[in-house]
Amino acid sequence: MMGPASEIILRGTEEPCRPWIRRTLSREDWTALVAALPAQPGLALVTLWADTAQAHALFVNEDTGDILPVSTAIIEGGYPALSPARPAAAWLERMVRDLWGHSALGGTDDRPWLDHGRWPHTFPNAIRPGPMGPPPEPPEFLPVTGEDLHQVAVGPIHAGIIEPGHFRFTAQGETVVRLEIRLGYTHKGTLSLMRSKSPRAAARFAARLSGDSTVAHSIAFARATEAALGVEAPARANGLRGVMAEIERIANHLGDVGAICNDASFAFALARFGFHREAMLRAAHAAFGHRLMMDAVVPGGVAGDIAPGGAEAILAAIAGVEAELPELVHVYENYSSLIDRVVGTGVITRTLADRFATGGHVGRAAGRTGDARLHPGYPPYPDLMVVVPSFPEGDVDARVRIRFAEIAESIRLLRLLLQDLPGGALATTLPMLSGEGIGCAESFRGDVWHWLRLDNGQIASVFMRDPSWAQWPLLEAAIEGNIIADFPLCNKSFNCSYSGVDL
Amino acid sequence: MVWRRIFRTLAEGPATEPAAPIGDAATQALAAQLDAAAQTRLGRSLSIRHMDAGSCNGCELEIHALNNIVYDLERFGLRFVASPRHADVLLVTGPLSRNLREALIQTWQATPDPKWVVAMGDCAVDGGVFKGSYAIDGTGTGGIAAGVPVDLKIPGCPPTPAAILVALRTLIDANAG
Repeated sequence: MMGPASEIILRGTEEPCRPWIRRTLSREDWTALVAALPAQPGLALVTLWADTAQAHALFVNEDTGDILPVSTAIIEGGYPALSPARPAAAWLERMVRDLWGHSALGGTDDRPWLDHGRWPHTFPNAIRPGPMGPPPEPPEFLPVTGEDLHQVAVGPIHAGIIEPGHFRFTAQGETVVRLEIRLGYTHKGTLSLMRSKSPRAAARFAARLSGDSTVAHSIAFARATEAALGVEAPARANGLRGVMAEIERIANHLGDVGAICNDASFAFALARFGFHREAMLRAAHAAFGHRLMMDAVVPGGVAGDIAPGGAEAILAAIAGVEAELPELVHVYENYSSLIDRVVGTGVITRTLADRFATGGHVGRAAGRTGDARLHPGYPPYPDLMVVVPSFPEGDVDARVRIRFAEIAESIRLLRLLLQDLPGGALATTLPMLSGEGIGCAESFRGDVWHWLRLDNGQIASVFMRDPSWAQWPLLEAAIEGNIIADFPLCNKSFNCSYSGVDL
Repeated sequence: MVWRRIFRTLAEGPATEPAAPIGDAATQALAAQLDAAAQTRLGRSLSIRHMDAGSCNGCELEIHALNNIVYDLERFGLRFVASPRHADVLLVTGPLSRNLREALIQTWQATPDPKWVVAMGDCAVDGGVFKGSYAIDGTGTGGIAAGVPVDLKIPGCPPTPAAILVALRTLIDANAG
């Protein structure tokens, strides 16, 4: 099914972006696109970003599978907003305004996002950044009206060992009627630091956008670079990237499941899952020289080969997980005090997940089935017949069960990958060329997308989209009608990245 | 199932690893820096408050690992607390983003004296790869020292749990004189 909005995109001027052609629309056509979006709900907005001259959006037609990057020129400092038709655009439009200074005309929310009034200048990615703004004001939160409401302000410094962000709860008694999340605290100016660097040098920043997904972000960045330059990573590099990505997925899911159970005070699960997570990280260190495998994936291939004995270390670690996992799942399912906390808690509906095109365990626990390893798909996965779990319930329990299923599937994939690692080169040389590319990878959180434009081998413009952009807003919805005491459970079952969206 | 595992652990011994030795020279060097009054007051038990000053969350993953049963931080008298008001040590990660500068200073002010600040990870030590960004404070040597005085640095991206453990135990030993 084509749909009215897709047809407008396909009318645009083709730009040489690989592997998916980007189309530039006139102001009139972009306005028509915004008007046509409500009639085509299956055209999912993946992300929105900008450079100094254009605003860019990445759509995926979930009915046909088409991937549609589309742009429009910035005219008089603005572009027609997407947020009236796609609520997921609201945070992204605020981010674009703060970094590039382009206004989303007719947008649903024009409050600052990343800019807290503390940088030396405004619009840091613009050609001419603006002067420093007025001294920081207390942030403005959305109004709430009703009887007997009170607010609970949490953060940016939380009580646990987690990243900083501000949560503003409005509650009636114990029940949350609204949560508003304010982020941007960990903004490091990453996109600006990557400009004018070679892809090899800039990859270190992609690897540090969100430390827990360092492998997935490095793969997406490498694939975007390779697409822009028209080169392919060697088969062995693709195999090793797959091995690293699956280790990362298992380790993160193990850590999260333990932490979710611990938030319901079930320390036994934290101890056992934490033990296996540690085993996975040690295997990663034995195989690739770094526990989180940071900088092990580079544009063009991988930084080094798997160490002698590395495969055996990985196989031993996954055998340990596999041996105990059924017992642990049984324990999880049969401790009524634990199940009482997770079942029916923090529900998000399929409709909401679809509206935000949410991927990863959050989307799949609400009935969605997308997985970047299958669609658009990238090596080494097409031959491995990846099985993607999906549950309809949308609660904390469903998000935990998605992780159990993904751990088991990743163990199967790791065995296949290690059994059949192709020989040959580890990396291909990158030519000093110009070009534009998009890369995608499935992190443990969901689909990661990177876009970049190279000018004679140097980065002219870049954007990195963490799946958390489509998950944080759903967390605001998930906690509505729940009690504040269940927020840690909801939050941990999502485990969105702060640094990943703070850029 | 739970009890079966617990009995097995009782029979076979815990998964916790013996601690690596720590260097005398490092302990003495650190002891010389520390406040003698604090040594008598705090002894061999330190409460740690973690604060993220803009990290990528890689350091946080390794701090979590310290609490797992393999490293079992608490056996050394070290424990993480929920409020800076309960803390003796601030364990700070991240390059000190400008958006967190005020929060770091307030956290430091909320921590009662005597207190120590540990800069954990390359970012906290000198800004790491983010050095020179408009969004990072970067005053002086960069890192969190641009906002608060630093007593101990743990380099690494991120430092391994073993390295963090050695550094924190050095702090205890130096503190206990």
